[in-house]
Formats: sequence, structure tokens, C-alpha cells
Amino acid sequence: MKSMTIGTPWQIFGILVSVITVSALLIWVERRLIGIWQDRLGPNRVGPWGLFQVAADMIKIFFKEDWIPPFADKPIFLIAPAIIMMTMLLGFVIVPFAPGVGIIDFNFGLLYFLALSSLSVYSVVLAGYASHNKYALLGSLRAAAQSISYEVFMGLSAMGVVMLAGSFNLREIVEAQRDGWFFLPQFAGLLAFTVAMVAESHRGPFDLPEAEHEIIAGFHTEYSGMKFGMFFVGEYLGVTLNSALIVTLFFGGWLGPAFLPPLFWFMLKCAVFIVFFILIRSALPRPRYDQLMNFGWKRMLPLTLLNIVVTGGLGLWMGG
Amino acid sequence: MLSQLRSLWLVLKHTFTPADTVQYPEQKPALFPRYRGRIVLTRDPDGQERCVACNLCAAACPVDCIALQKGEDETGRWYPEFFRINFSRCILCGLCEEACPTYAIQLTPDFEMCEYDRRNLVYEKEHLLIRGTGKYPDYNFYRIAGKSIGGKDKGEAENEGKPIDIKSLLP
Amino acid sequence: MAEIEIDGQHYSIRTGDNLLKTCLEQRLDLPYFCWHPALGSVGACRQCAVIQYQNAEDQRGRLVMACMTPVAEGMRFSLQDPQAQGFRAGIIELLMSNHPHDCPVCEEGGECHLQDMTEMTGHTFRQYRGRKRTHRNQNLGPFINHEMNRCIACYRCVRYYQDYCGGHDLQVFAAHHHVYFGRHEDGALENEFSGNLVEVCPTGVFTDKTFSRHYTRKWDLQSAPSICPHCAIGCNISPGERYGTLRRIANRYHGEINGYFLCDRGRFGYEFVNSDRRIHRSLLRNQPPLGMKGVVNLFSNLLKKSDGIIGIASPRASLEANFALRELVGAEHFHLGFSGSEQVQIAAILDILRQGPVRVASLREVEQADAIFMLGEDVANTAPRLALSLRQAIRNEAFAIADRLKIPRWQDAAVRTCAQSQGSPLFIASFAATRLDDVATDTYRGGPEELARLGYAVARHLNPAAQETMELNPEFDELAARIASALKSAERPLIVSGTGCQSPSVTRAAGQVACVLADLRGKPSAVHFVLPECNSLGLAMMGGHSLAEAFLAVERGEAKTVIVLENDLYRRAAKPRVKNFLEQAGHVVVIDHLLHETAQQAELVLAATTFAESEGTWVSSEGRAQRYFAVFPPTDEIQDSWRWLGKAGGKSWRSIEEVTKDCAERLPAFRAITWAAPEAGFRINGQKIPRQPHRYSGRTAMLAQAHTHEPKQPADEQSPLAYSMEGALAGRPPALNPSVWAPGWNSSQAVNQFQAEIGGHLNGGDPGMRLIEPSAENPSELATGMSDAIQNLAPIMNRQAWRLRLVPLYHVFGSEELSMLSPALAERTPNPYLALHPEDASALDLKEGDTVGIKLAGQQWRLPVLILPNLTRGLAGIPAGLPEMAWVEQGPVFWDLGG
Repeated sequence: MKSMTIGTPWQIFGILVSVITVSALLIWVERRLIGIWQDRLGPNRVGPWGLFQVAADMIKIFFKEDWIPPFADKPIFLIAPAIIMMTMLLGFVIVPFAPGVGIIDFNFGLLYFLALSSLSVYSVVLAGYASHNKYALLGSLRAAAQSISYEVFMGLSAMGVVMLAGSFNLREIVEAQRDGWFFLPQFAGLLAFTVAMVAESHRGPFDLPEAEHEIIAGFHTEYSGMKFGMFFVGEYLGVTLNSALIVTLFFGGWLGPAFLPPLFWFMLKCAVFIVFFILIRSALPRPRYDQLMNFGWKRMLPLTLLNIVVTGGLGLWMGG
Repeated sequence: MLSQLRSLWLVLKHTFTPADTVQYPEQKPALFPRYRGRIVLTRDPDGQERCVACNLCAAACPVDCIALQKGEDETGRWYPEFFRINFSRCILCGLCEEACPTYAIQLTPDFEMCEYDRRNLVYEKEHLLIRGTGKYPDYNFYRIAGKSIGGKDKGEAENEGKPIDIKSLLP
Repeated sequence: MAEIEIDGQHYSIRTGDNLLKTCLEQRLDLPYFCWHPALGSVGACRQCAVIQYQNAEDQRGRLVMACMTPVAEGMRFSLQDPQAQGFRAGIIELLMSNHPHDCPVCEEGGECHLQDMTEMTGHTFRQYRGRKRTHRNQNLGPFINHEMNRCIACYRCVRYYQDYCGGHDLQVFAAHHHVYFGRHEDGALENEFSGNLVEVCPTGVFTDKTFSRHYTRKWDLQSAPSICPHCAIGCNISPGERYGTLRRIANRYHGEINGYFLCDRGRFGYEFVNSDRRIHRSLLRNQPPLGMKGVVNLFSNLLKKSDGIIGIASPRASLEANFALRELVGAEHFHLGFSGSEQVQIAAILDILRQGPVRVASLREVEQADAIFMLGEDVANTAPRLALSLRQAIRNEAFAIADRLKIPRWQDAAVRTCAQSQGSPLFIASFAATRLDDVATDTYRGGPEELARLGYAVARHLNPAAQETMELNPEFDELAARIASALKSAERPLIVSGTGCQSPSVTRAAGQVACVLADLRGKPSAVHFVLPECNSLGLAMMGGHSLAEAFLAVERGEAKTVIVLENDLYRRAAKPRVKNFLEQAGHVVVIDHLLHETAQQAELVLAATTFAESEGTWVSSEGRAQRYFAVFPPTDEIQDSWRWLGKAGGKSWRSIEEVTKDCAERLPAFRAITWAAPEAGFRINGQKIPRQPHRYSGRTAMLAQAHTHEPKQPADEQSPLAYSMEGALAGRPPALNPSVWAPGWNSSQAVNQFQAEIGGHLNGGDPGMRLIEPSAENPSELATGMSDAIQNLAPIMNRQAWRLRLVPLYHVFGSEELSMLSPALAERTPNPYLALHPEDASALDLKEGDTVGIKLAGQQWRLPVLILPNLTRGLAGIPAGLPEMAWVEQGPVFWDLGG
């Protein structure tokens, strides 16, 4: 078995730092973009175009009182935000940034990602449980139910890609798209995967676990200071990771005309999807909870199953 | 589904709409005279304090940030011995102005009251009292009230008859 | 019970009442002005108009005044009928047409019955644009502000002042819409119940002048249920605080005691709490202040080091404080802080109350008495609220006549007209004229010995067999016979006496009359013994040695350290004696809230709380244990007396409740005091009872000048009350209700909404626990065993021009220690004088204003002569209890001009 590691320690460190930086910067990007779409300016005071807003926010959030409610389950309360950070960061391990750029070349990369994304729900569930607050608990219950429902077809929706590529290895999947990106043959898969991604990361419009108008701030109601910051950064890490996955699975990863380096293509594609995620957050209203569940089980699950059947059938018919 | 896509598109189009934001400290917004900002205490047309310390502003205040104490001069005129408003609590709602029966409290277009020391946001009467009548140049509460004060005896207010001679039986 | 129909709803009601009262009792809002539960109906203001239907078929009905309409079975009324509503709206519009635009500068604003009724009627806009009539005001003295423009001519003030209180100097002048309510000329209202005009007047004509000086709206006052500290009656009051000072006293309704009214001493005597003579920090003689911890250490070290420690208790401190002292020094070193004669008298009274076949009448029961014998007590000056009740008792004859004529008792004018000047018998025997003489059937003036003999003579007439040894004095035998027959024929006779004559034999004689009467009637007699201070009876029940014994103990060197609890000894004993005592004692520790002469001589003075800053229990002269609660938390180094004593004595008391419980356990007489009010853990739906009204304002600004970090509200571990505006609004038990308010009822008339029957008992029962009930023992024991007492009576002195018997004359304003520190009250206090009968004066060749020298309580005084025509001949009156000259004599004293 060949060694799975491809990244040097420096590369690993570089990826870690840049991923976190990008995610942190996303806070600013999102605020700015939403501002622009709402005919406002967004944060523009700190540094050029308000770029240092993130730094200012970080400083602020680090110096805030790190308050743990006396009624909270302390160890779990502390662990919960760390889990989301950790699972999201570990997710980046299998992301094929470019040929030779990455951390691990792993045969079951996609499965690994699916496993991690299911783990991340623990963070939310534990946060809500440990807070000992009814709103937090409601939020985490919603998150748990939502994750279970959407995970089912998240995996299934990616199976079409796997069938086409014949591999779970993300690098091989990218390579398999040399002749054509999978978003065309797997359009239904792309739709389902995107929806599932949004739901998994609890972002708008599927942010019911933290629906402010109903349950205050949901699972992180009781969190403050950097622990809250970790949830926040975790969310943006998720956005970045999700974009990277979508690009890898459906949009040919680093592939692109040769006038730009592959890494750049990858980043560009990722950026487009990040912006897309922000756009749907700012444009689409939050569904009702029953609508969310109905949509998951009654629309998306059949769609993905159909997609698998059709992809498989076509594959057999054409390849057979 | 289409409507969702349409709204995505509509929002995306706003990328090219210019922002409505007014860049406040550099660009001053136009404020109207009846803008609800910091309160002042005004004087009536003859230059006396309008506030009669009736406490209605304090009662109306939803954040309870006004405290005052009634005083009375030797002629029977009520005035606030102290009138304190804690602007670090004030929400500039203007209910005190509406409650004020003498037009003493008036809100002004000044809202720029940032301080580094919170104590500087506690305004006492001497910080609030202005020299003029504000928005109501003619109103004088004591010209209408029945209580006699220095310079206005019983029966000298508007629409008041002369004090009754109780020894007379004439109608 | 009967059933009536109001606006289609059926109500089950008591018959015989008027409709207005019935409606209010059913919590129906019907506006009114001239009616007052204590004053009855006169139908003057026309505000309570309703429609009355003839029968079930009647659709039109007719307009009647609810206050003048008796209710009976099957009647139909409508409050909501447009005609009735329109009529009421018209009336209020007329009443308001001349009412000035004054509310912002009116002290009544926010608790104004007129405001409430105007709102209730829906009159929110004045259409009248004509000229308003105006009036000139009068200066009515230090208590009451006068602002006649605001008058709506409901006549309540004169009905209250003249008819209810018997005052003469408030009248109605002029005619038609010019009517004027005031005095014939400027001057203080003489009646000692003038303060109630503030609450009786439905608008702001009469307002509280002392309150106006540091005015606060009702909604801004932090109040607590409290008890008046200025006499032994124990009226319930609701003191109000703002910005750390006590602002006013309002009446707190109690169905058995004060009802709707307080006396002026109680209402205006509160300012000692704000006095500049208050002690805020512990004081050490010749030493800089030590701070709280240091003082506590010093005090407990002092106690540890010294052997003979004695404690002197206080009749104006709570039972708990006195008990804490008793625990600290031990019962054998516990001295009651009464003056010599008080000690003897109160012991005698307690004896009668405990063993005798007597029952102390509450003020409500006093009002029901139909024959009264008042022996030796000038009630109007020593327990004014009792005098007001006695005055009402006179009306029982009028009620009896009205009942015979089938006139409802609430038909005030009719009842007064049919009775004319007839009243129930009231016999007054006193040193000088009293302010109840105008309604007395007969009065008798005499010195202490004569008064005692009159008492025994009455007893003899009641039961000649019981005291054959009694020699009859022809001078008052006829009077005694009449008194006896009035008492005998009455259904509810009442004997009133007290400590005011400073003569134990008079007190015993009164007790004798009560015992004989009880023997005769076969059931306990109603009595009321007036006591000097708010907890005199409680302290006496606790029991202890006399003050004289404390003096002896120090003189003999048995005691080195003296702890004086809330007591100015110079008001208890002769000055040289006290001075000597304080100098001889090794260490003197005074715990008090006022820096009086005793405190000035102490080595260590510990700052104590007043009634307004502490919880405690007092026993009133009725024997009712009542709890008072802190209105605001103490500041600086001020601490409850029981805390000082408990800490020094190593007690682990954390709250006063534990002290109360200990006291109730250790002293069986006080077993019931823990039930005087709900305990500290009491909650309503888990909530405490807020001391502040729900509209309390200025929370985030009142302390902002001192610190912008808003401090937490002080926590109250002591009681179910909170220093907050948050908590239970409804369902408060009467003992814990700080003030009355109901939606739409902002004035004091809101109390209607808290009474089981209007003018009757409070919803949930009147607070307090009676500690002394008549014993079932053989009643005749005391009645027969009195020959000794008679034998021991001092002989009546022969009247000699050069030898006058000195007697104390009490003054409602001046004779009480604490209230004297109120500037308003001090203004109404007499200067020291020597009162003489005109004939005695002329015999001595003295004129009014002449200065005479006199030796009293070991001191030489120079006093101006006051000619008092109604004083008994042979007596010389000295004002009692004035700050500079307290009455401390024991036994007869004479003004001897040396023949």
C-alpha cells in the first residue's frame, strides 16, 4: 500500500493557517456581501474596505468575558465548540487542492468526509444539551433531526459521481472529470448534494436550529466569547469545506485552462460557491420546520434514489 | 422553486445597486427640529423655569432614567430641586416630552452624546436648562394654572374670575 | 342576604346597605364624592346616579342616587344605562368646570379621588371655556395646605371635621357656587385630627404640608406596612420613603383599630426619622470612630471584661430588641425602663387585664360602647385616636333612635337630625377640661385622690354589698350613682382609664369598677387602659425589675456596666439621680437612634434603627401584638438593636424572625407573636411583596450622580417584602400590604377594594394577634378584695392656698418624645407653664404670664403662669413630657409656697 500522505509538514501547516484565515475572513465577506445586496455598505471602517474588521472582531471576542452559566454541564459545554472546529478542520485533510497540494491522498476520501460531517452534529447536540436551557435544547434537537434527515441523501447524492468516476478517492474523481465535469451528467446529484450541504452546516435558509425568532439563538444561546467564536468559525469552515467538496465532486476540482495554475482554479471555483452560499442565505426565507422535513424525506430522498438508478442504468447500458 | 431562483436573482442584481448608507461622521444627516434627541429643559416666556417638578416625565419614562425632587419657592411656585437624567440609559423615545404638561421638556436634534466616562452622561438640571422657550414660544403653565405664584395672584390667570368675596351673598 | 340585579347580573348582597356601598363591595366601579364609609350618605354630589327599575318589566326606570338608595330583595338597577352614564358625565363635567388646571403642581395628583372619578366617568376633555371662580387660600397651620380653587364642594371636609371629630374651626362660608371651606380667619386647624382632611378631601384642597416640603408622588414612595410609634393605640400606618428619607405617613386601614383615620401626632410626627439628631455612626467618647467591625469587637470585649452588667429596656423598642437585651444580661439584671409611677401603674393595669374579668376593647368595640366612664385620663391628649372612637360611641344613642324610626344608619343627615343633641352617656372625670367634654353627659374635676374615690364610689353603687367599708363622699355621690346606673343599664359599657393621671390608685379604682361591673353582668367588662408608649404593654408583659433598682444596683456597686436600650433616662427619672447613675456606672453603652442626653453621656453609643428601618413587634394597649416592617434599609453603621445585642451576646440570630421565635418560645406570654404577620418565607406564587408601587420611577437615575453602576436592590432577608417594584400585586395578606392601589383607584379610597365589608374588616382578617383575653377565673375575687386598696388611699388634702398639688397635663403635641422632633409638630407644642385655677391664682396674687419658681424632680424651674379656668382648684398643672421637662415624679408632689 502506498503512503497516503502527500503533504509536507510545511504544507499541512500552510493549509491549516490559510483555511482558518479564509474562514475567518468569510465573516467579513459575508457581512460585506449581505450589506451590498441589501443596499448597504457593510463593515467598512476598520482597515482598507473594512478588511481588519475580522481582526477587530477577533480581538474583541478574545477579550470578552468567557462566561459559563452556573447551571451548565461544564465539561461538555467546553468540548462542544471544539468538536465542530475539529471535525471541520479534519475534513480539509482529504480536500484535493491541486496536484501535489493536499494533506492526504485517501482512497475512501468521500466516505471519510461523510463520516466527519455526521460527527459534527455532536457538537451542536452537546452544546444544546450542556447549556441546560430550553431554547438551546430545542435548537440541538432540531439540529439532530435535521442532520439525520439530510445525511441520508447527502451520501446517496454523491454516489452518482462515484459511479461515474469508479472511485471514492477524491483525486481520482477530479482526474475522472478531465473529459467533462460531472455537474452536467449529475445535475440532480449536484442539486441534492448542495441542499444537503446547506442543511448539514445549518446555514440559512436551513438554519432552524438557531432560528432567532423562535428559539433565541438555538444551541449556542448560552455561549459567549471565544467559545461562541468557535461555533462561528466552525460554520465558516463548513462553508469553505462544502464549497471545496462541491467543486471537487462536480466542477472538476483544480481542472481548468492551463493559463492559470491548478490551485488557482480550485480557489476560484470555491470562491464562486462560497458566494453562492452567502447569496442563498441572504435571499431565501427560512422554511417552516415541517416543510424542511417534508422537503428532505419526500422530495430530495426520492430524487437522489432516482438519480442513482438512472446513473447506474445508463452506466450499465452505455458501459455494458 | 422558480420563485426561489427568482429571488436569488433579484438579490444578486443588487450587487450593482448603489448603497443608501450615509457615511455619518463625515456626512451629517439632515435632522428636523422635531427630531427626538437629547432633552432640554426650557423656560417660559418670562424667563422662569418651566419645569414644575410634577414627576410625570419620570413616571412615563420606560427606562426610569429621570429622577427629580420637587422644591417650592416662597411664593408657592414649584420647581425641581434637582432634575437628573441618566443619558446612558435614555432611549430617546420622547415619552417624557409627551408627558410634560408644561412644555418644559423638549427633545432636540442633538443625539451625539458619546462619552468615555459614563458619569458624564448623567445630566443635572444645570446641564439641561436652556435660556429660551424652545418650540413653544408663548406657553406659560402658570398663566393657566389656578395656583398663585409670585407675580400672579389668585384670579389673575387666564379665564379666571376675581377671587370670591365670601362675605357677599350676591350671585 | 338578598339577591338584586345590576345590569342583568345577579348579585347576592346584604340588605340594609345603600346601593353605592353594595356596588363597591361587588367591585363594580361607580363614581362618588360626598359619600364616605365612615361619614355615611348625604346625597350631595349627585355623582353616583344609577337607574332603578320598578320591577322586572320596567324598561325605562328612573334615576336615583345610589348612595341614598337602600337595597332590598329583587331590586333591579343599571349602572351602564346611557341615561345614568350621561347624567354622571354631566355632573363630573360641571364639577370640573371650575377646577383649576393644577394637577402638575398639586400634591394630590396621582392619588386624587377626583382624578380617578373623572377617568372613571370618561370625562377626558374640558369643553368649558368660561371664567373659573377663584378663592383666596388660608394659612391653616403647619400641617395642612389650603388650595380652595380646587374645591368641588362635596362637603366631606366639614362633615368630617365638625360631625365626626367635633371640630369647630372649619366651616363652610358663603353661598351657591361661592361656597368656601375654611376657618373664620387664618390660623392652625385646632382639632388634632385635621390631618385626615388630606385623605377625606377627594381632591387637593387640603394637602399634607409636611409632605409637600419633601414632596414625592404616591407612585414613587417606597412603603411598608407599619405601626405608629407615637402612642400605645397601635394605629396601622403606611410610611413612605424616597431618596433615603421618610416622606410621609398615610393611614393603613385596620378594621379593629384605626379604621380610616389617624391623629395628627401619628400623621405628622414622623420626621424624627430624618432628624439631624439621628445617630448614623457609632460614637465613642473621646475617640475617633472605629468602624463597624471595631465597634462590634469593642462592645463584646467590654461585655466580656466587665462583671456586673445590667440592661435597661425600652417601652418604645420592639419586643425583639428588649428580648435580645434580656437574653444578653439575663432576666435578673433586666430592668424595665419605665419611670417610677409608670412602672407601678402599668403593673397594676397588667394585673387587672390578666387576672380581672375584663376584656380590652378594640377601637371598633369602643365605637360600639353605649355607656362610657372615663376616669382620670385625658384621652384626647394621650391616645387621640381612642378619643375619636369614643366620640363615635356617643352616636350609638342616635343610631338607636334611628333604628326605632326605621331610618338606615348610613342616612347621615337624617340620623343626626332625629337624634339632635342626644348621645350615649359619657362620664369624664379628670384634672382639667378634656376635648371630649362637649359630648360628655357629665364631667367631674378633681385631684388624683378625688378621682380614685369617685371610681370606688361608682363601684360601690354598682354593687353595694361588695364594699361596705367604703365611706361615701357626698360631694360626688349623686354623680357616682348616675354613672353606676348608666353603666348598669347599658348593653356594652366601657371603662376608660390609663397612666395619664400618674396615680396608681386611680388606675386601680377604674379596674375595680370594671371588675364589679363584670361581676354584676356575669361577663367580662370592656375596658381600655391608655398606656404611654407604643410597646409599654409588651415590655410590662415581658417583666423585669424597675429602673430604681437599676439605680440602686449601681449605687451599691453591684453593677459596673449599663446597657441602655433605646431609652432616654432623663425622661424616666429625676435629673440629678440619672446624672449620678450614669457617672457612677463604670461603662455606659447606649443603643438608640437619637442622640439624646443619655446618649451624650455614654461611653459607647451604637446606632440603632427607627421603626422605619426595621422589623419588629409591638404590643398595643389593646394587647394586640402587631408587626411593623422596614420601609427602607438602614444606611451607614445603623443596625437593628437586636443585632447589636445578639452579636455581642454571641447569639446566632440571622434574622429577626429567629429572635421573634425565640422570644415566643422562651416567654409563654408571647406565644402568639410569631403569628402577628406571615413569616419571612411567605411568598405569593413564589414572589415576594414589593414595597414599591409598580409605577416606581427613576430607578436608573436616582443614584446615578453617585455611581453609574446601578447597584442591586438591597435584598431583604428579614421579611416577605422586597425593596423592589417587582413581585406579587394581588392577594397580599393585610399584614403585609404596604399601600392600597387597585386599577382605576389611585387614591386612598382604593381601600374599598381590600375590605370584606366596606368600613368593616379587611379581606383576609385584620392583622395582629391579641395576647390578652379575659380569663375564665372567678371574676368576683378582685371585685371583693378591694377594701385594702381603699384603706390605703391617700387622704384627700385639705385645700390650702399655699400648697398646690402638682399634676401632669398632657398635650397631644409635645408630650411624646419622638414626635417632638418633627418641626411641624414642634410648632404646635406649648411652652412650659404652670397652670393654675383662676381663684387659686388670685389667692396667690398671680397673673397670667407671671414667672414663678418651682422645684420639680430635683430641679429648679422658672415657669410662666397660665390661668386655666377648667382646672381643678388646688391643683397646679405642669405640661407632661415636654423635651426639656419630662414628668418623672412618683407619688404626690406639691408646690409648697411655705404658708
